[in-house]
Amino acid sequence: MPEIKLELPQDEEAPKVVNPTIFEMSVPGRVGVTFPEPDVPAAPLPESFTREDLPLPELSEADVIRHFTNLSHLNHSVDTGFYPLGSCTMKYNPKINEETARLPGFAYLHPLQPIETTQGALGLLYETQEWLKEISGFAAMSLQPAAGAHGELTGVLIMRAYHRSRGDDKRVKMLIPDSAHGTNPASSAMSGLRVVQIPSDARGNIDLEALKAECDDTLAGLMITNPNTLGLFDENLTEICDLVHEAGGLVYGDGANLNAIMGISRPADCGIDVMHFNLHKTFSTPHGGGGPGSGPVGVTAELADFLPTPIAAIVDEGDEETPPLYGWYSPPKTIGRVKSFHGHFGIVVRAYTYMMMLGEQGLREAARHAVLNANYLQALLRDTYTIPHGDRICMHEFVAEGHWEDAPDIHALDISKRLMDFGFHPPTNYFPLIVPEALMIEPTETENRETLDAFADALIRIAEEARTDPEVLKTAPHKTPFGRLDEVKAARELVLCCWLPEDMD
Amino acid sequence: MFLPHTEADRQAMLKTIGVERMDDLFKDLPACTTDHPLNLPAPFTEMEALDEIAATADANETVRELTSFLGAGAYNHYIPAAVDAILRRGEFYTAYTPYQPEISQGTLQAIFEFQSLMTALTGMDVSNASHYDGATAVAEAVNMAFHNFRGKRKKMVLSPALHPQYRETVHTYIQGTEIEVLGGDIPLDAGPEALIPLIDDQTALVVVQYPDFFGRIYDYAALGEAVHAAKALFAIHINPIALGLLKPPAEFDADIVTGEGQPLGIPLAFGGPYLGIFTARQKYVRKMAGRIVGETVDTRGQRGYVLTLSTREQHIRREKATSNICSNQGLMALAATVYLSLLGKSGLKRVAELNYHKAHYAAEQIAALPEFGLCFPQTPFFNEFAVRCPLPAAEINARLLEHDILGGFDLGSAYPGMENCLLIAVTEMNSRNEIDHLVEHLAEVSHA
Repeated sequence: MPEIKLELPQDEEAPKVVNPTIFEMSVPGRVGVTFPEPDVPAAPLPESFTREDLPLPELSEADVIRHFTNLSHLNHSVDTGFYPLGSCTMKYNPKINEETARLPGFAYLHPLQPIETTQGALGLLYETQEWLKEISGFAAMSLQPAAGAHGELTGVLIMRAYHRSRGDDKRVKMLIPDSAHGTNPASSAMSGLRVVQIPSDARGNIDLEALKAECDDTLAGLMITNPNTLGLFDENLTEICDLVHEAGGLVYGDGANLNAIMGISRPADCGIDVMHFNLHKTFSTPHGGGGPGSGPVGVTAELADFLPTPIAAIVDEGDEETPPLYGWYSPPKTIGRVKSFHGHFGIVVRAYTYMMMLGEQGLREAARHAVLNANYLQALLRDTYTIPHGDRICMHEFVAEGHWEDAPDIHALDISKRLMDFGFHPPTNYFPLIVPEALMIEPTETENRETLDAFADALIRIAEEARTDPEVLKTAPHKTPFGRLDEVKAARELVLCCWLPEDMD
Repeated sequence: MFLPHTEADRQAMLKTIGVERMDDLFKDLPACTTDHPLNLPAPFTEMEALDEIAATADANETVRELTSFLGAGAYNHYIPAAVDAILRRGEFYTAYTPYQPEISQGTLQAIFEFQSLMTALTGMDVSNASHYDGATAVAEAVNMAFHNFRGKRKKMVLSPALHPQYRETVHTYIQGTEIEVLGGDIPLDAGPEALIPLIDDQTALVVVQYPDFFGRIYDYAALGEAVHAAKALFAIHINPIALGLLKPPAEFDADIVTGEGQPLGIPLAFGGPYLGIFTARQKYVRKMAGRIVGETVDTRGQRGYVLTLSTREQHIRREKATSNICSNQGLMALAATVYLSLLGKSGLKRVAELNYHKAHYAAEQIAALPEFGLCFPQTPFFNEFAVRCPLPAAEINARLLEHDILGGFDLGSAYPGMENCLLIAVTEMNSRNEIDHLVEHLAEVSHA
């Protein structure tokens, strides 16, 4: 990745403050919310433990609302514009999800209440598990992991526990394709496994010969993203899974790209043994400015006993007159719990709402239209940008190269920054690592043709500008509230928090 | 609904792609691909879905219908309306990780303010942008300590009064490593100094909770000294509401302060999403996992913010990264930021005091009941306390539930030998009437 060289103002004046922080806005004596007087006698405070100073800001409610509303205006979001961030599936987040997740019967439910008082929530968790099992083909499911990377850690620990339960302790090698997300090798390393990278072949598939060479009796497994981060469905998926299984290994599926295949191809049917879902990608739950996500893990029957505890289950079948009683189940060989309580229930409610509204046909159509949109954009851009494997039909995303021989100073980053001037969020930059100057584009199914046309037009115009007026790219963005930011200064000077004005020297 | 395509759009787009039918886009998929019908319910319209899901929600009895004294890591606090008004802004909740700072200053400044609030509250130097929850924040502290000593110190001492689910989570996280966890069998009434004999030159980290799982407040200064004498790291896990009243954990010389941020404006929501707080001393900033936002300047001379120190993270370091964390709890961190902005200096103190006074009123009334007593009568506590009952806690809870009371956490479910003990939490949401009501029904139990 090229270092950003900035033309910074030369004078030593303090930077212009566009938005004061809550600490700078603070005026002693203001308060944004009041609480009642105690209705019980005051107990003596533990003097030796009370704090002398609580250096928090003091603001009125109107100050707070205006401050954060104004900050919100500085964000690009799915609600305000196209967000083709590859690998992140920034589809539209239906508003009804926000209503159902906030229903008082869910929002005010304590996680440790007796099961008799939480039958609705337990039933919803149970049904979500059943639906995700049906969509993926897996035999069992945990909704506990908090995000995709957390699901990966869970899945890899399950693979490790499975081998060890069979006395197969020497299996410590995890194979990871060179196109994989960085979380894959990081999750494996956290679980004590040794990572070996597998190259891609000329068609963007996993290199079978390289895979075969690593399939020995130390193999714990393979982590595969399918479709992969080039947006390609691996043409040899079944053979890959067979090779790993024949060597005694397990296949982990990174479900980040499930949006391309839901209702079309079930990972478990293809030979995947364990996979995480990203409810915040595939199932329309919002990304929240970086989270919370939700990363449920599905496994085959032979791995079911290793899932994290607890899992929502039917603990009493009931009969014609009595409904089933839902409760908690702890798998006999569980790896343990991976977080407190039961996972991101509020996110699960949103995903449940989405699945309920789409049904089988709707989920399949979402995937088919995600693929349609990606291929349409790829076709519009194919003559202007180099697209590795562009001769293949892509799935939900594709990767373009953001550079040209006749515009030597232009990098993917410049194209991305210039895209902001046209009102678009840039694609994912510099990932996957195997494509030079990568621009990874995932339009999702919820974008209309006019938006895709406008985005393609902008990218085509930027390609022209790269030759005719490269400076406009190098100095972009121009029309955003902020210009390029000095990342080197941020890392060198490390100002990581603000203080109340009176505390400042 | 969510798909904008008309038949005319589809035909035109397929033509541009150069294929005839939608099915042609999938014709090269391997044989394992099937159009096998899925057993999923038929689609619901929005009005039907809301109806159905509202009925499911109504099948629960919540802390609104029931009088709740349940805590144990998740607390029923008042959430000012302004918090959700901000969380519902699409510009915040439908954005992602602020990779492109020019069009993400809203999220970036909010995270910067969150980091500032967390350091102000804990007294520590630096904060990250959050972890998944309190349990995983503690697990990441263990992870960080292990890497801080390059894997050479393998012992982690966890207080037995650290939340049982957090200890379980740590055990799950470390199963692929050589880390050894100690402290589980120290007597619960022995106080923090009882951990000191477990510390030696192989100890990487000591973790305590403040207030601890039983609500108790201890002075950790002596323990902190012993930890540092062994050159190990000292982590304190906090309840942020308690810090409205209690001295910040930095005063016990903590190296790392983790916390569960749920009490800061985040709904109970059956256990999540919550918020993992992670703060540390400045010298560990490059060892911390997770996103960090830093201040800088743009080409126009404006102050702005960016994600910084990303060379620590998995997308750069891959298998050499110390943690795999990618997503965090951005929107929950925003909730905590808005909550603390609204309450401010005096509001947080007021809430903390309300919790303290109400919990002490409840404890006094219950301790006065025949056959009831506090498990740790000599130790100061915040808004939660353990009560020894004449009957198993499970039985008491069942009887209380008949009177629409959620009695408290059954300590026997996590601590063998405490089957007769209830962990009772009291917050500003519990009125004196509710407390009196609880005491009345407990009295009936002892008379029964």
